[in-house]
Amino acid sequence: MKKIEVIIRQERLGAVKAVLEKKGITGMTVTEVSGRGRQKGIALQWRAGEYRVDLLPKLKLEIVAKDGDVDKIIRHIARSAWTGKVGDGKIFVSSVEKVVRIRTGESGEKAL
Amino acid sequence: MIVNSGDTAWLLISTALVMLMIPGVALFYGGMVRKKNILSTMMMSFGILALIAILWVLYGYSLSFGPDKGGIIGGLDWIGLRQVGQEPSSVYATTVPQLAFMMFQAMFAIITVALISGAVVERIKFSAFLVFAALWFTLVYCPVAHWVWGSGGLLAKLGALDFAGGTVVHINAGMSALALAMVLGPRKGFKEGEPMEPHHIPMVAIGATLLWFGWFGFNAGSALTSGGLAASAFVATNTAAASAALTWMILGWVHRRPTILGTVTGAVAGLVAITPAAGFVPPLAGIPIGIVASLICYYCSLFRAKRRVDESLDVWAVHGMGGAWGAIATGIFASIAINSAGADGLLLGNGLQFAKQVVGVVTVLVYAFAVTWILGKVVDAVMGLRVKKEEEAVGLDISQHGERAYGGISG
Repeated sequence: MKKIEVIIRQERLGAVKAVLEKKGITGMTVTEVSGRGRQKGIALQWRAGEYRVDLLPKLKLEIVAKDGDVDKIIRHIARSAWTGKVGDGKIFVSSVEKVVRIRTGESGEKAL
Repeated sequence: MIVNSGDTAWLLISTALVMLMIPGVALFYGGMVRKKNILSTMMMSFGILALIAILWVLYGYSLSFGPDKGGIIGGLDWIGLRQVGQEPSSVYATTVPQLAFMMFQAMFAIITVALISGAVVERIKFSAFLVFAALWFTLVYCPVAHWVWGSGGLLAKLGALDFAGGTVVHINAGMSALALAMVLGPRKGFKEGEPMEPHHIPMVAIGATLLWFGWFGFNAGSALTSGGLAASAFVATNTAAASAALTWMILGWVHRRPTILGTVTGAVAGLVAITPAAGFVPPLAGIPIGIVASLICYYCSLFRAKRRVDESLDVWAVHGMGGAWGAIATGIFASIAINSAGADGLLLGNGLQFAKQVVGVVTVLVYAFAVTWILGKVVDAVMGLRVKKEEEAVGLDISQHGERAYGGISG
């Protein structure tokens, strides 16, 4: 099993969710996060003059999936989160040792 | 002296309107600080509301308006509201119960002290601020109010005009804010250029709206009667607020974008500037007074930031300098046709009035700055003005008040 962590633009969440849902992937955890990468920050205005905010609001999606589904999921996310401008985000994949469904006590891929 | 019911009704309503400006200040300032300090910022306004309301009826009114002692201060004859009752005074607001006039003036004293808090947010110790506030009220507000508005006060005798508190309230609060911020020092991270991001601008806008609303009582109420003069001051007030809001909005736009923070700040700058002038100038003078107010306050705010002085919420720039401009503008635009108790200004060929206004401005400016500086140093030496480093880091809401504004992760 793999955990796919995805940083995306806030406004792309709907598109990403829709495309994954079509492929039968419904489970995910979404968190509001702040971060920075190549996009740097943005300048905001104070009463007079401005100040720089170098952490921008993004969303982080966490999806745990079967090994065989990972490439497909990545492909769909990359397509649906894409705008082509700096700041589209990143995808991280890592191994997951164990998954347990709290309600039933099932573990492993059955718990996904 | 006969009580006039219309005048009394208007003054009582105006008093309540000015009272609403104090939570207005709390919200206006509260939205501009970081979220860990919003309660402490609001608490300063509410604490002052409670504290100064008591000091005012005990001795403040007497020191400010009591029988004159050498032009400097009022006597203690009216201490604890002795001789202040349902009958009108023979010198102040002679058609309303003196109690109503006394209460109206109480709100001015309260808001002036509350305004200063904007300079020192996010780092001042609450106990020290209250002690400072009581001392400042006694040694700065009361004498200055007496000079300008007290019967026999030295600036009143000179003929310096201040309709609703350009000098007494705004220059006084603004210069004191600057002095206290300089004694206290900047917030941690300020010098390093950490962004001190306002955490809730809608709250700032609501606060500014309450201020604008309450300001009708502040300025039109200062007519102390409910007739034509109140109406004239009312129109001048709204006109100046609008003109200054528009100007600041355009300044932001020229820089990049028209911001709501800037626009509402402009409105406040315009309201400040029209305060001393409202009942002495033609209502349309509110337009130039508002435009120039925003230009002055905008560039003063930029200048202050460039000098890296952490007078955090621009009390000096907006109230101090806006008030100074308003007092001087009174000497330019005043007309005896508007208010027979006033004078003609520079535009009507009376340069002398202009000079008197400048004397009034400089006197209050210097006195407020100097005495506040000394008071700040004294309070700092005796009890420490500033919270501990760790308390500042965790935020004053928790460290000073044991509560937080935006709580709980468990639903």
